[in-house]
Amino acid sequence: MDNRTEMHRRERRRYVIGYGGSLLLTLLMFGVTYQYGIETVGVYLTIGLLGLAQLIVQLVYFLHIDRRRSSREDLDLILFSTLVLLIIILGTIWILGNLSIRMHMHMM
Amino acid sequence: MKRAPTHSYPGINLGHRHASADKAAEVVTFGFWVFLMSDLVYFGLMFAIYITMIDAQAGGPGPHDLFDLKSVFAQTLILLTSSLTVGLAMLALKYNQPRARIVLWFGVTLLLGLSFLALEIRDFMAMAEKGGIPQRSGFLSAFFGLVPLHGLHVAAGCLWLIVMGIQLRVMGMTDLVISRVVRLALFWHFLDLIWIGIITIVYFGGLTYG
Amino acid sequence: MTSPESGFFGRLNWDALPIVGLIQDPNANEIVANTAAGIVIVGVVAVVSLLTWFRLWGPLWRDWLTSADHKKIGIMYIVFAIVMLARGVLEGVVMRAQQAAGPGDGFLEAEHFAELFSTHGTIMIFFVAVPFVFGIANFVVPLMIGARDVAFPVLNQISLGLTVSAGMMLMVSLVVGEFSTGGWTAYPPYTGAAFNPGVGPDYWIWAIVVSGVGTTLTGLNFAVTIYKLRAPGMKFMRLPMYCWTIICSSILLIFAMPPLGVAALLLAADRYLDFHFFTNDLGGNMMNYANLFWLFGHPEVYLLVLPAYGIYSEIFATFSAKRLYGYNSLVIATMSIAIMSFTVWLHHFFTMGQSALINAVFGIATMLIAIPTGVKVYDWMATLWRGRIRFTVPMLYGLGFLMLFVIGGLSGVILANPTVDYQVHNTLFLVAHFHNVLLPGVLFGLLAAYNYWFPKAFGFRLNEFWGRVTVALWTIGFMLTFLPLYFVGLMGMPRRSFSWEDPSFHPYMIVAVIGALVILAALLSVLAQLWVSIRDRGKTMAPVGDPWDGRTLEWSIPSPPPPYNFAIIPQVTDRDDFAAAKEQGRAYPKPEAYEDIEMPRNTGIGFILCVLSGVWMFALVWWIWWLAILVTALIVLAIIVWSFDTSTELVIPAEEVRKEHEAWLDLVHASTAINRDHETASENRGLARPDLEAVT
Repeated sequence: MDNRTEMHRRERRRYVIGYGGSLLLTLLMFGVTYQYGIETVGVYLTIGLLGLAQLIVQLVYFLHIDRRRSSREDLDLILFSTLVLLIIILGTIWILGNLSIRMHMHMM
Repeated sequence: MKRAPTHSYPGINLGHRHASADKAAEVVTFGFWVFLMSDLVYFGLMFAIYITMIDAQAGGPGPHDLFDLKSVFAQTLILLTSSLTVGLAMLALKYNQPRARIVLWFGVTLLLGLSFLALEIRDFMAMAEKGGIPQRSGFLSAFFGLVPLHGLHVAAGCLWLIVMGIQLRVMGMTDLVISRVVRLALFWHFLDLIWIGIITIVYFGGLTYG
Repeated sequence: MTSPESGFFGRLNWDALPIVGLIQDPNANEIVANTAAGIVIVGVVAVVSLLTWFRLWGPLWRDWLTSADHKKIGIMYIVFAIVMLARGVLEGVVMRAQQAAGPGDGFLEAEHFAELFSTHGTIMIFFVAVPFVFGIANFVVPLMIGARDVAFPVLNQISLGLTVSAGMMLMVSLVVGEFSTGGWTAYPPYTGAAFNPGVGPDYWIWAIVVSGVGTTLTGLNFAVTIYKLRAPGMKFMRLPMYCWTIICSSILLIFAMPPLGVAALLLAADRYLDFHFFTNDLGGNMMNYANLFWLFGHPEVYLLVLPAYGIYSEIFATFSAKRLYGYNSLVIATMSIAIMSFTVWLHHFFTMGQSALINAVFGIATMLIAIPTGVKVYDWMATLWRGRIRFTVPMLYGLGFLMLFVIGGLSGVILANPTVDYQVHNTLFLVAHFHNVLLPGVLFGLLAAYNYWFPKAFGFRLNEFWGRVTVALWTIGFMLTFLPLYFVGLMGMPRRSFSWEDPSFHPYMIVAVIGALVILAALLSVLAQLWVSIRDRGKTMAPVGDPWDGRTLEWSIPSPPPPYNFAIIPQVTDRDDFAAAKEQGRAYPKPEAYEDIEMPRNTGIGFILCVLSGVWMFALVWWIWWLAILVTALIVLAIIVWSFDTSTELVIPAEEVRKEHEAWLDLVHASTAINRDHETASENRGLARPDLEAVT
């Protein structure tokens, strides 16, 4: 019984840490915007990195994805999906961005 | 086959208390992960389309005219908190907590989900008042193709929460119900991940490049 | 573009029936349209009457429609695919006849011809190739990996239901209204509301969306099945080659169907809600559609052809009585093709206007795919080398594939060069190319699989003579129909032309229509083979289960297999485990103990969702909004109610399993083993005596 209570506490703590981390990153994200405005690429890059960090925090603390041997196969799945998504999204942006330049679109 | 004692399959585990149902849950959970990844491609493509159409405003209202960051901030906090409460609901179920506590966490999550949706709809109405309707431009079509798609997922999650609440009452804390709640929690966390993408790319990206 | 004038039945009225057109203006075009509608109606009436006459409604419902057994679901997929194949082939023949009529001549109107090539393409890809491929996979995969069913049997049933109801929409479009004229790709803005306000594109959209959902779920099911339900000891590198190709194909489905769903749904948003994704005005961009469609379209062709590669791998190994040559290289080649298929989609629109650099990158990526495919061809030839080869029907298909597919593959490498593609883009050269890979590649593979696994499914072999006739007709028909198209394509004849002027095309068109008639004869001979085989089944019974001296687990069980497939889940110790077991004399073991087996109970949810989704599509196509909303609610409700059902398992007692299994083991010991010389003779009861001269 004690063991189970202990495990419960540990898992709950994991959630609270994830929540706290995500909250902090969210506040930073909006704080940066509030402080520096949203016009420059530098600010946007910072926001993008904070978003990425929050994705990782939630994957680890909420979804329990880590490098432990036992949860390897869904890590593989996620990495493979990320690969396919990157090919699809970056390819699309490359192709349509190029087309939009060559066809002088949206220059009104 | 030898497996680690606590984590026999990806994501949140039932734990060895449910050893009998563990194998079945392992297969179903993995299948659900695969479903989520397929769903992720839908969102990924909608993000890509949004990025390619960010300029296609056709003289209509753009991000600076329409986006309300305060409301987005509130929605973000609500959804993040609901992600915590759905996790706590699942933990309460897993560790045999009194039913009242489980129902409490379910209720809080549902309430947060619904208020997220209410805020989102209020935003859409405010946008429409300023002429920001999807029929106005390619950019607005892309926006309304993506953000409400996430909202629709949240609505489906709320319906699922209600059904699970009823099943908890009717069927009791069976392995089947617990395994479904585990998947619901996965789904909910997944929606929070997508939301991070939406604030980063749709809102902040729109304001920077739109 | 919701219209306020739509009434209780939306925009549906009597003008939607083709017979009205025939009465108002009788001509050849209307006669063809009405004949097609008539065939659908007569077909439905005939099936319903036969079922009623022979009192088969009960058995049909109990044994088939509500079954969650992967074997039955697989067979239903294949029956569905063959029905749709018949329609697709007939449409092909009509199109060839139209083009053969002579310069500026013909009996069809342009719109009707456009409808024909749109339905032909849509049907052949989505409702013939995909269901046939996954019908075979449904039947074979769990047997091959030593599992009792797929991972999600009920989901499997739902996938079938969605695919069939979407296919039925194409049949309905023959009788009520008309189908799209926008080709199987349905490019906007032509298919947008501004240029095409009718119901045609809507039929296409909803058929694609619903079948797409079904197919995605199938992919999910098979990926999880192969990943999680392999028999103990079956490591990945002991997995039969066919299962490798199915897992790759499933992964392609999971990731490649969403782009198609997005493309179709955004087109629907444009048409129904006046969005501007692909319109000409207000910032819409039709190039986004082409990009989305081919993000799906290219992986699609590989997810069709990879399983065919897997089938050939099994067939070449079995009918050469050798272990598959270069297993590891085949696995790596399959995986490479699966991943590379996501990097080449742009070669379908080289001429859209992007820079030469982008075209070059995708052109080179496309050419690279020829490398793993070439590896495969050499591996197959090396498998045949010095084997104990028997020229059975599946093997003949395989050899036809090896020779003809290489031509199709090479013409693909030619097309992969953007500069060449600019010349032959949208000509019949392209049509010749993709028929050259899809017929000898996919269709021959599926027919070979049908001949190969038929005795496993039904306990008797197919007629060998009629099988050979069929192979000959398909091969000759294919060559006569499509090889001439390479030449007219190079001469500049555009694809999808309902009429043409250059008289030098005419001889080729005549040859092509003769070929089309030979293909029609080939289709009829498939049915003749089935008919003769059923009639003479007494002479070809192979109940022991191993008529071809098979190498993989599915041959180690009775034919037809019991509902639970394996009385005892096998322990796998080798690749080609059953072949190894026969060599080492450990085949057909007598189990020490039996266990109760839990199997999924019958359920009607798949059928209910099939009907509901059909009504849903119809309501959306015809703007019957109240019905669409009602059915949406019913679908959600049906799923929720079904989720409350907890008695989903049926227990087969150990005693019953023991009785059945021991009766079969007695049959095994009572049968005479035959060697490969008598494979097609009537004494082949399905017990193989391995030939001593062919050692692995």
